Amino acid sequence: MMKEGQVRIPSGCAIAAVVSREGKRMSGEMITNAMRPMHERSNGLGGGFAGYGIYPEYKDFYALHLFFDTRDTRKTCEAFLKEYFEVVHEERIPTRKIPEITDEPMIWRYFVAPLKSMLASLQVDEKEMVARAVMKINTEMKGAYVFSSGKNIGTFKAVGFPEDVGVFYKVEEYEGYSWTAHGRYPTNTPGWWGGAHPFTLLDFSVVHNGEISSYDANRRFIEMFGYKCTLQTDTEVITYILDFLTRTQGLTLREAANVIAAPFWSTIEAEQDEAARRRLTYLRTVFPSLLVTGPFSIVLGFTGGLMALNDRLKLRSMVVGEKGDKVFISSEEAAIRTMEPDAEHIYAPAGGEPVIVKVKEGAY
Amino acid sequence: MGVEFIYPEFEVIRNEARCITCRVCERQCANEVHSFSEARGMMISDESKCVNCQRCVSLCPTRALKIVKSDCVLRENANWQNDTIREIYKQASSGGVLLSSMGNPKPLPVYWDKILINASQVTNPPIDPLREPMETRVYLGKKPEKIQRTADGNLNCDLPPQIELSMPVMFSAMSYGSISYNAHASLARAASTLGILYNTGEGGLHEDFYRYGSHTIVQVASGRFGVHEDYLEAGAAIEIKMGQGAKPGIGGHLPGAKIVGDVSRTRMIPEGTDAISPAPHHDIYSIEDLRQLVYSLKEATAYQKPVIVKVAAVHNIAAIASGIARSGADIIAIDGFRGGTGAAPTRIRDNVGIPIELALAAVDQRLRDEGIRNNISLVVGGSIRCASDVVKAIALGADACYIATAAVLALGCHLCRTCHTGKCNWGIATQQPDLVKRLNPDIGSERLINLMTAWRHEIMELMGGMGINSIEALRGNRLMLRGVGLNEKELEILGISHAGE
Repeated sequence: MMKEGQVRIPSGCAIAAVVSREGKRMSGEMITNAMRPMHERSNGLGGGFAGYGIYPEYKDFYALHLFFDTRDTRKTCEAFLKEYFEVVHEERIPTRKIPEITDEPMIWRYFVAPLKSMLASLQVDEKEMVARAVMKINTEMKGAYVFSSGKNIGTFKAVGFPEDVGVFYKVEEYEGYSWTAHGRYPTNTPGWWGGAHPFTLLDFSVVHNGEISSYDANRRFIEMFGYKCTLQTDTEVITYILDFLTRTQGLTLREAANVIAAPFWSTIEAEQDEAARRRLTYLRTVFPSLLVTGPFSIVLGFTGGLMALNDRLKLRSMVVGEKGDKVFISSEEAAIRTMEPDAEHIYAPAGGEPVIVKVKEGAY
Repeated sequence: MGVEFIYPEFEVIRNEARCITCRVCERQCANEVHSFSEARGMMISDESKCVNCQRCVSLCPTRALKIVKSDCVLRENANWQNDTIREIYKQASSGGVLLSSMGNPKPLPVYWDKILINASQVTNPPIDPLREPMETRVYLGKKPEKIQRTADGNLNCDLPPQIELSMPVMFSAMSYGSISYNAHASLARAASTLGILYNTGEGGLHEDFYRYGSHTIVQVASGRFGVHEDYLEAGAAIEIKMGQGAKPGIGGHLPGAKIVGDVSRTRMIPEGTDAISPAPHHDIYSIEDLRQLVYSLKEATAYQKPVIVKVAAVHNIAAIASGIARSGADIIAIDGFRGGTGAAPTRIRDNVGIPIELALAAVDQRLRDEGIRNNISLVVGGSIRCASDVVKAIALGADACYIATAAVLALGCHLCRTCHTGKCNWGIATQQPDLVKRLNPDIGSERLINLMTAWRHEIMELMGGMGINSIEALRGNRLMLRGVGLNEKELEILGISHAGE
């Protein structure tokens, strides 16, 4: 049977996220518990979390989380890392043995800084070099897989139900100003840890519920720009699209949302504000191949905030609520009530309407 | 008679009990098949002149006529087939090159028919085009590589010139001369109403049709017939024709007999002279020369018009297309080996070029491998027959399709493949005034609008089934396609999996 990456596997899902606008750090326990009432939305074949602000002591270093299949693979990969990076700290990621999670690979993390000499010789900036190194490991190094690669952010994922994955990784021991979570319902049994979500690149992490119908159009376009879709998942391609639009093209998050969930032409034409009409027309004309169709609800995590976005027909559920400095996003209101029983202003954002929450400047 | 005699290919079967000798068939047949015998008091036929255009059959008020393939054939031989032997007799008699019209009729693979389309089941929902918006609009043209911002931080929304189409289909090049004034009028009017474009071909633009300019592609071909400043300014885009799918590597020849009146004036050549387009453009012997012509045309039109470069699908089409994409062109049009023609040497039409499906897949992939797919739009033609062909072409990677044979069929063509005689009984491929007036542009344009409207509905149904509500999400979406009965090499070139995978 083919593994994830060799074949495209559609899946349904549950997502949840929380962010503190004040930058107050929260234990990962809350987000783990949020996934419990949505148990039925997963089928035990993948779950995961991403936490922002969880590595304050290493915040200036890229935190690389890796899966290895064997000790040899790890040794080879570490040799490769040392060609590109200064490794300031390396360790096994602490886990708990529980019966619900089995067959784990070797799970390691490395806090690294790109070598200045390498940056000069490749003539690229830091982020581009890290991104390239991640692509290289994930496409060329069999048995090694980078599943987290940003500064002061960590992803934890496994095959299992998300609430068990949280326990397995001791997520409650980390504190972050924002968290995203994912439970997966794939229609096949790949049993591969790399296939679980969140999917991350640099400080971007994406959790996603849906099955996009534009997948291959998006993939074949984005692969022109050095990205390699090794997993063949929606989440992976959406992450690359957002990275390309914001980091390479320099679009704002709202503009990027207007590309991937572009308003219908009829909506654009009805737009009263001429500047807005021109801007929306421009974005749709320039990036037609990055329009994402079919059902999706995503939460994009980034340094200093979150963005939630639905497909333009709103074919997947997603609700937003808040309480005090916290904003909650989830597939179901039940998850929000678990995190904050007194959550207020709960509403379902319209299809294609981005909800962008930013943490106060300087608080993260 | 004797050795040169070939028994007619078709027989005219007239039901004498139904025939009322109204002589409609006689008046309708420009080939003079039918006549009235005073002596016998009945209609008689000279089948040797029949081309099976079905005009008489369609207009016979009592349905007394049918045309059937003759069963008087030579002894069967799988190697020496009847057509082959007939052609040898013809050439032994005439010493000439065989001429044919319309697209390659040989039983070579039609890949469209071996590709199947996906639909949504359970894991994501199909979308009902009757209840939800379903977008088929496309913009053709170069897209900027990187966005720019103005000093105040807003997006700079200036774009290179784009063509807007309400659906990803355009009417392909057919010159005024090869087809009639009324055929051109039908195409121009239909394109304007539909919000798509038609193409002048290499025959210039009749003065009456300048008002449809915003829905016109003006062509510049190797003969440069009808090209002048106002002509270039008149169109929405300019197409440089390097080649044609029906006859790659050779030029064109419109016989002097068709260069009459307005055709002569529009082409800017004297009446009765043969209009011969050379095989190459004599100012383009290499790719860098093409670049010069592209920029000459852009200079002449102040960079306001996208430039299309049309080429025939030939063996190394991917490399050629890559060269074109770097030549400054905005759009590449590729014409497959089944593309139609008003006249082409039979041997070339039937043996030169490659299928558009393979050419399209190879070009789209090459442009992506080189990271330049967004710099240029891709239009394909050369036998797009129906809405599902369009959907498959878009999913393989085309931005839009060119259709011509399907369009003339809508105008009444019955595909008798004798356009080169100039005696088109349906008023399309002719300049004889009595024949031209048989095609009413009011009806012709309406039929074209009907056809495109029907296709657009079908495209939307197919898209909706896939859960796609905008045509741009279908473009290059090869995961939506599967092959049936194709070998691994074919699947590899098409970039699709086999059904069941």
